Amino acid sequence: MPHVQNIAIAQISPKLGDFDANLAIHHQYIERAREQEAQVVVFPELGLTGYLLQDLTFEVARRLDHPDIVSLVEASRDIDVVFSFIEESDQHFIYISSVYASAGAIVHVHRKAYLPTYGLFDEKRYAKEGNQVESFAVHGKKGGILICEDAWHVSMPYLLTMQGATLLYIPASSPGRNVMDEHDFGSHTFWRQLLQMYAQLFGVHIIFSNRVGYEDGVHFYGGSGIVGPDGHWIVQAGVGEETLVFGAIDDRDVRRARYTTPLLRDERLELMVRHLRRMESARTDNTRVE
Amino acid sequence: MKPEMEQALRVNAPFTTSVLEGFIRDEVRKVGFERVLFGLSGGIDSALSAYLATRALGKDAVHAVLMPYRTSSQSSLDDAMEVVTDLGIPYTVVDISGPVDAYFEKMDKLLGEPASNLRRGNRMARERMVTLYDLSAANNSLVVGTSNKTELLLGYGTQFGDMASALNPIGDLYKSQVRQISRYVGVPSSILDKAPSADLWEDQTDEKELGFSYDDADEILFQWVDLRLSEEEIVERGYDAMLVRQIIRRVQRNHYKRRLPIIAKISSRTIGIDFRYSRDWGV
Repeated sequence: MPHVQNIAIAQISPKLGDFDANLAIHHQYIERAREQEAQVVVFPELGLTGYLLQDLTFEVARRLDHPDIVSLVEASRDIDVVFSFIEESDQHFIYISSVYASAGAIVHVHRKAYLPTYGLFDEKRYAKEGNQVESFAVHGKKGGILICEDAWHVSMPYLLTMQGATLLYIPASSPGRNVMDEHDFGSHTFWRQLLQMYAQLFGVHIIFSNRVGYEDGVHFYGGSGIVGPDGHWIVQAGVGEETLVFGAIDDRDVRRARYTTPLLRDERLELMVRHLRRMESARTDNTRVE
Repeated sequence: MKPEMEQALRVNAPFTTSVLEGFIRDEVRKVGFERVLFGLSGGIDSALSAYLATRALGKDAVHAVLMPYRTSSQSSLDDAMEVVTDLGIPYTVVDISGPVDAYFEKMDKLLGEPASNLRRGNRMARERMVTLYDLSAANNSLVVGTSNKTELLLGYGTQFGDMASALNPIGDLYKSQVRQISRYVGVPSSILDKAPSADLWEDQTDEKELGFSYDDADEILFQWVDLRLSEEEIVERGYDAMLVRQIIRRVQRNHYKRRLPIIAKISSRTIGIDFRYSRDWGV
């Protein structure tokens, strides 16, 4: 496999609750990314539905075998596609999911495991938490998907990289909040620092795809981009604008970073497991006493 | 203002302005409108809304409505005209004295006593709202709000009067932040420098009527609302306990003004309770 992969990030502004319109936007961006010879195009969290759905959740939910979803999976014949929507399971449970599709097939589905329900967020009211965080192999490399809030929990990139991921896809719908005397929202600054730090700590490439647009006064700021394992931004999209940006990632950068600063190599899984086991049994004991 | 609070309340003006312009463009156009209108009083809040709307949509897509009452000060009207001239935007002057006076002439007789300043002020604010909403229908435009976060929190406004609008770009800016952004977008200095007033009767100023300064209100509200400090913690930081109490009580007492009317729940899905959709639903 070639070392260099050309990645496209579709920083779109989904229309709230309008699946057809958003599906059309997805197909357009896939086509544009393919024309410009990207190998992967990454869409934001809930790019197919919009974010502040509330009771619209019930109407926009799709099963993985729904023709709308199948049409996007089909569109991955010439270019890999990472997209996100409200997934309905066989049991009719609702998840916030992201799919990695390649060569016309679903390679991996990640169901958001951390559903924020604080401040302006109310996700757990409508959706069920996913219970897995798994890396997956594609084109001879391992990747992993984290959806927005998932990435604000350090255990998640830890679990993915310990399973072998060298590439993290992070679709997001991050709203701007806390404007201060800075150039960006406080939430944007937090994300940027977080991703730079993760990339360096875990020696990975990170692809951050955050949406833009306004919903009921809430502003999604974009600022998507790719961070290399040295913590530098390979490409960064502008704030507040709909755009398709491209960045090339070279897996030899991961090799170099992990040799130079072998933090992940030296990570002591057995130490972690021992402590977690002890904490788990202490917790179980306490539960028993109560 | 305490230096550390002045720092905490400082916002990046160019960035904030671009977010607010984007908000106006997006939230107006996605519901199928191209135009907005707003009342322009000659005060800083409506001036800022005017500058933001004009920057967002262009001067041909905005319309200012100046609605003086016979006791409104000439300087207010002059200041509003300065905004209109500076921005080069279309405007209409609608004197509200006729309908307001006609109403109270009748009502004072009916009730057998002259209306209080409060009733007269509320009636004027609602007359202006009625005028704006009528003109917005004539103009095929949306009404842009002009209430800042400080006055919304304090409830220093008339429910269904000046608090009514379709969208409000400045509702999350404290008064001191309104001043910062206003300076940045070029609101005339005569407006920046004068004492804020609802101008409902002669010599009225907001701070005289409220009994405290906007700076004090901003400092206390910011710490209580945004930083989630308790009343006791704010007092510990050197604020007058009575003032802190007074301001917090005001926010609570006037909360009803910031909500839609409450509805008695009877059915399985009740508007505002468990029938939940964003405004942007289905547009």
